[in-house]
Amino acid sequence: MTLKIIVKGKANGIALVSKKPMNFLGAIDKKTGKVRDENHDLFGKSLAEKILVFPFGVGSSVGAYTIYSLRSNKCAPQAMICLKADLTTASGCALANIPLVVVSKDEYDSIKDGTKILLDAENGKIL
Amino acid sequence: MDLTKDEEAALKGEQGESLAIAYRVLVAIGEATNAERLLPVEWAHLSGINYNTIGDAGEEFLAGLSKDAKFKIKTTVNPMGFDFDTVSKYNVDEEFIKKQGNIKNSYEKMGAIPSFSCIPYEIFDLPKKGTHVSFAESNAAIYANSVSNLKTNKEGAFSALASALTGKSPFSDLRKDETRDPNLTIRMKIDEKDELTFGLLGYYAGKVGGSSVAISGVSNLDKRSCKSLCAGMGTSGVCGMFTFGDARGETVDFDKKEMQTIQDELNTADAGDIITLGSPQLGLDEISDLSGMLAGKTFKKRCMVFCPRAIQKQVRKLGYQNEIERAGGELLYDCCICLTPLIDKKDVDGVITNSVKGAYYLRTSNGVDVNLKNLHQIVEEETK
Repeated sequence: MTLKIIVKGKANGIALVSKKPMNFLGAIDKKTGKVRDENHDLFGKSLAEKILVFPFGVGSSVGAYTIYSLRSNKCAPQAMICLKADLTTASGCALANIPLVVVSKDEYDSIKDGTKILLDAENGKIL
Repeated sequence: MDLTKDEEAALKGEQGESLAIAYRVLVAIGEATNAERLLPVEWAHLSGINYNTIGDAGEEFLAGLSKDAKFKIKTTVNPMGFDFDTVSKYNVDEEFIKKQGNIKNSYEKMGAIPSFSCIPYEIFDLPKKGTHVSFAESNAAIYANSVSNLKTNKEGAFSALASALTGKSPFSDLRKDETRDPNLTIRMKIDEKDELTFGLLGYYAGKVGGSSVAISGVSNLDKRSCKSLCAGMGTSGVCGMFTFGDARGETVDFDKKEMQTIQDELNTADAGDIITLGSPQLGLDEISDLSGMLAGKTFKKRCMVFCPRAIQKQVRKLGYQNEIERAGGELLYDCCICLTPLIDKKDVDGVITNSVKGAYYLRTSNGVDVNLKNLHQIVEEETK
């Protein structure tokens, strides 16, 4: 698998896959890590401890602080896998030290929700 | 990205957690924008100062960061939500005032110059031509690239903060000469050239432009129109630079039809309850102009005028403060129109302004209607 490492690190968790862009500022409850946007395909689910797989982030760049808050409140995803590296998600994962990688469309489509993933964003591998 | 040994060590946390965070941000943004390395910058200008923009999460993050972090290069900061000297006269929530104070303290503790201004290019001495800086405020980044002969990307709050802590920035996009060459020319086809038409032109340019655009049919732009152009451009898109010159390459026209479309989008009312001037904040020249235009006149409604603290002494000494206050205006320092809690839709239905950037944020963030017209019209129609 080829991937681009945006924030280094390793993670081992269950994939939570979304097909919709994520607005971290508006759509996530930073105290619980739950998706509170009713129109989002992950509505009601918690990002905590998951490996979050989504296309890219949208909305205010302040969303980066939300990602940091998720980590402070111990309900952050273990890692994120995106199709495209937007600066809000990149900044937020960097602040919070959450591994972040970008993968191709084929690879993104091959990741099934609920499967166990071992992400090595030191050496660039997803197992 | 290739990092030096020192950068690599700092990224791993060998120089403390704050620098590790800063380098992680630079590397993440560098990887996302295909930079091959970092380069030194001499000056960082930070956004994310107003409590309305960063909220509790930002306030808490900065409080933690400021415990041991120090800015490494000259660091200036954007406006806050209000002016601490006059906030008691306004109906601002105690909690907001407290949180804004905490944010101010955190930045000052890290060594920021308390400029609280969105026009750093006008109130500070500029470094020599071609110097790399890291400006997060969009109008300031565009002005720096296009007018001040400096080089910056249209930085975000986090990349500029990381630059302030490290003195570095990813070498990408508008830091590279080939990206600074415009790939689109906008032909200015409007005859009435005032600051509002230039604000609308900027808003259009931001929508259609890539990293850099050329504008033809314009020369000798005054400062008010130039700032308006930069602010309009920074509001609507990613474009971070313009140059004036003859049309070349792909061209598009900014004509009456295009202008009307944008004006219809931003101008949502025929009248307003209050007037706001100053997004970007007004510099000394503009305050002097305004004061002259108001001679013998009085505003029919409240008029809020936003400017940087750096000019306050001169504004008072030269009599402009007295003249503007005599005409019924209120001078506010350290803050600006955008996202200020001083304008609340509970008290105000519509706001009159000549600022395209102000119009956008008043509508989207403050939730009020906007009556957009140029300064001459405002003075003509809203004073007696």
